[in-house]
Parts: sequence; structure tokens; C-alpha cells
Amino acid sequence: MIGQSSFRRWMWVLFFLMPGLLGLLTFIIGPVIFSLGLTTFEWNLLTPPKFIGFQNFVDLGNDPRFWAALQHTLTYAVLYVPAVFVVAFALALLLNRPLRGRAFFRMAFYVPVVSSWVAVSMMWRWIFNPQYGLLNTLLATVGIQGPAWLFDPNTALYAVVIASVWKDAGFSTVLFLAGLQGIPTEYHEAAQIDGANGWQRLRFITLPLVTPTAFFVLITTLIGSFQVFDQMYLMPVDYAQRGTTVIVQHIVNNAFRYQRMGYAATISWVLFAIIFVITLIQLRLQNRWVYYEQ
Amino acid sequence: MNAKPNLLNPASLARPIQRRAEVKPAELVRKLLLGGLQYAFLILMALVFLVPFIWMVSTSLKTEEYILRTDFIPNPASLDSYVELFETMPMGRMVANSVFVTVTATVGQILFAGMSAYAFARMKWRGRNLVFGLYLATMMIPYQVVVIPQFILVSKLGWVNSYPALILPSIFSAFATFLMRQSFLSIPPELEEAAIMDGASHLTIFRKIMLPLSKPVIATLTVFAFMGIWNSYLWPLFVARKPEFMTLPLGLATLQGSNQSLTEWNLVMAGAVVTVLPILVIYLFAQKWFVQGAVISGIKG
Repeated sequence: MIGQSSFRRWMWVLFFLMPGLLGLLTFIIGPVIFSLGLTTFEWNLLTPPKFIGFQNFVDLGNDPRFWAALQHTLTYAVLYVPAVFVVAFALALLLNRPLRGRAFFRMAFYVPVVSSWVAVSMMWRWIFNPQYGLLNTLLATVGIQGPAWLFDPNTALYAVVIASVWKDAGFSTVLFLAGLQGIPTEYHEAAQIDGANGWQRLRFITLPLVTPTAFFVLITTLIGSFQVFDQMYLMPVDYAQRGTTVIVQHIVNNAFRYQRMGYAATISWVLFAIIFVITLIQLRLQNRWVYYEQ
Repeated sequence: MNAKPNLLNPASLARPIQRRAEVKPAELVRKLLLGGLQYAFLILMALVFLVPFIWMVSTSLKTEEYILRTDFIPNPASLDSYVELFETMPMGRMVANSVFVTVTATVGQILFAGMSAYAFARMKWRGRNLVFGLYLATMMIPYQVVVIPQFILVSKLGWVNSYPALILPSIFSAFATFLMRQSFLSIPPELEEAAIMDGASHLTIFRKIMLPLSKPVIATLTVFAFMGIWNSYLWPLFVARKPEFMTLPLGLATLQGSNQSLTEWNLVMAGAVVTVLPILVIYLFAQKWFVQGAVISGIKG
């Protein structure tokens, strides 16, 4: 540390700290505190805000659209999380083997991850087009009449899940791959000498040692599935969205369409609470199945 | 496995052959079969991941009357959709907006995060741990909580449809500050002490020692911030209502009306190609840092 008078030292600290700290206070910390206060107000941005106590939370409990959004979000999570988990783990297991062209395959699986959700949504809207889309055309060649996908409130959610798994699996694959590559090869060699076959090595060495990564993948995909928005907002056609509206979309609708800022803020805090509780439960449950060395 | 046999050197060819001879024939067949199955599965999966992109490019190159035909190779191929796209929409302006907003916000994020990180990692001051604790706490809050008050702030400032609104809120990142601090902490103090002996100021140490030695973290943060801001949709949707201020994803979303059957798919797919192509090119050249970014995001959880 440079020895200086205390005044000059503070000037340097402020010089380095202030731009970032002021920005964070203005655009993150301030808004968080403001948002918490906002939950007790009714405000359409045009007339002065009106204090209503906990009325927003009461309204939330009686809002059938919120419960529908929660249900759609849960359905999405229940389908999306295990699918990403299985696909990503299978791909990572294969990519962890000494195969030729590994770099190419890894690249192919990761390309959707870096692409914009808007572009990907458009792409899948075209593929899911009931009459002319690639998917139903392919299904027709094997004699299957494909559903209306994004045009039908009953199937739209499944179509979005398919597109989401396709887009996000590569991300978790890379995480799993990093976890698999962290397993010392000596363990496998030793087991092989002791006569363990491939399945036994997978079951008793790979699986336990990859559980910390699996835990992390589970938490991130679960949190991500509660925050899903872009594809749900962009893919299903308007009337099919009554089968797909998710929590974040309900926040956006209340802020934008109905100009209910206080109520939108309330839903966002409830979303935070849900994510927080789920993460806590996961952390509690982890010592039942996650294996940490030492 | 990367070591290929050198054809000019007989010894390197002989070794794998000898080893292969020790394997029993039945086992060899089993291994080949297993290897073949693995390849077949990987190729199938690669197709599943890449065909939608090929389909997107293919549709964008088709002329209007051929869009509904399901051949992968457009015949005749034409760039008409791209021409029409740039003629009917301010696409040029949107490309420029995306580049300007993304580059400014990314550079700003690295600079401000680096400066704050220097104050946290390399300076002693009263209240340091308290302020840093505040940074850590904000990392837990999901974005959806912040977005409504951010929008209210920006609209009360009269910034809707402006560049500050698009750029400023994505510049400040507690996560980037945290990662930069970790990197600075790992730099040995001896380097700094030697520089101080030579009369270097904090600014010189920051620029000449800390930043150059943190290149891996900076590269990772750069691609991650770039990707996030380039692809972001929710925030621009709030603050960019006029086409002149729209970024590419937002412009692309407006191309598509609510009635899908009337969509001009060649135009939409051309827009999608324009949106995805820049980030794909960057990805292909900086793959390592994208993958690193995925792994590093683990700390954020």
C-alpha cells in the first residue's frame, strides 16, 4: 500500500470506488429498496401513488391469473429441468470420451446457447408452424399428423419446453463436462484393475464424484426456469398464451398493460421469495445426495 | 488421443498396431460397435442442434414463392429478403444501435468493475468489508425485482427512447466487480511493492499491473457481458419504443405479427440471421472464453 496522508488516500479510494458504487446505488440497490416500498402502493405512474398497505398481497392471493401463471411456471420447471439434466449429462458423458471431432460436437451443442432468444424463438415458430413447419412436415412423412403446437393452448407449453431444452442443454453440458474432467483418471484406472466393468465405474465412481456439479446444474436450471420469459412471451400465438403465461410475463403485463406498478413489484418479490425458498430447500437436501471429497 | 501417428516414422506406427494385437477379437468387435453407436448418437444430436440453424439460413435465402417448399438447398437462392429487410425497416440503424449499446456497456462494465475491484482488493479503508458485503448481497436479487423500479426511474428521468436508458443500467455489475476483485487478490503484492519503490501511483499500478495480469478474467467477463447485452430483450422492450432506438432482437420481434399464417418467413429468418451471426462469429473465435464464462458463472449461484 502506498503511504500517504489520510486525505490523499481517501481521495484515491473515492476515485476508484465511486463510479461503480454510485452506479450500483442508482441502478440496483436503490431500485431494490424502492421496489420493496412499492409493494405497499397503488401507482399507475400518472396519478400520485396511493398507500394501500398489504392490499397488493391480498389481491395476489385472489388473482386467478397469478395462480395460473404459477401453475404454468411449475409445469415448465417440472418438464424442463429433468430434460435438460438428462440430455446435458448424456452429452457430457460422450464428450468426455477420447473421440475424434470432440471440439466440433461441443461447438455444435453450444451454438444455441450464445444465440439470442428472440432469433431462436422466431426460428422455432417457423419450425413448429402447423401447416408448413419443418417438424410437422417430417412427422407427416412417417404418417403422423402433428399437433397445432404454438396455436393450441394445450400444446403450446410443450413446444416451448422443447425449444428451451434445445437452447439451454449445451450450457449444462459444458458444466457437466468440466465436472467430469475434474475426476482423477487414477480412480478409473484403479477400478479397472480391480475388475470393475464400465457400468460399475459409471455407477460407483463417475456418478458420486459428479454430484457437486449435478447439484449446481440443478440449482441454476431450477432458478432459470422460474425466471423464464422471452420464449414464453414470443413463441405461442396470442390466444394460446392463456395456456402458457408465466410469472415474469404476469409481472410485465401488470406493469405495461394494466399500469399497476405496485402490484407488479409485489409479484416480483413473491417470485424472489419462491426462488429463495427453493434454493434453501435444495441446500438443505444436498447432504442427502451430494458427495464432497473430504 | 490427439497424438496422431507420424507416417514418416515407422516406430510411431508400430506402437498402436502392437497394442491392438493384444486385444481379443470379441472385445474388439464389442468396442467398435460401442464406438459406432456413440458416434451415431453424437452425430444425430449434432444434427438436432444444427439443423434449425441451417433451416433458418436456407429459408432466408428463398424467394417468396418458394418459402413453403421444404428443400434445404434454396433453388433459386437469392438475397432478396435481406435487401427487402434493410429497405422496409431501419435495420442499419438497429445494427448500429446493437453494436453501440453492447460495446459501450461492455467496456463500461469492465472499467467500472475493475476500478471498484481495485479499491476492494488493493486499498485499505474503513467500511470496506461492509460495502463489499452490500455488493455480495445484491448478487442474490433476481433481475425481475429490479426491472420495474429501473423502468420507473428511467421514465421519470425522461430517458425512454434514449441511449443512456439502454446502456447505463447494464453497466453496473456486482458480479463483475466480485470476479475482478478475486483476480486482483491473486496477484502477488511483491509486484506492486516494486512499482511503488519506483514511485508509481495507484493509477499506474491499476493500468500497468492489475489489468494486464487479469486478462483471463477480463476476457471471460467481456464475452459474457457482450453476449448478455447483445441478446437482451426484456429491458430494451421496456425503454425502446421507437424503431430508431431498437436493438436487433427487439426489431426482429416486431417483424412478426400476432397472426403467424401471414408471416413472411423469409424476412423473419433473414432478420434472425442478422441478429445471430455477429455473436456466432465472436463465439467461434473466442470459444475458450465462452466456455470459461459458463464454468465461472458457478460462483454466482
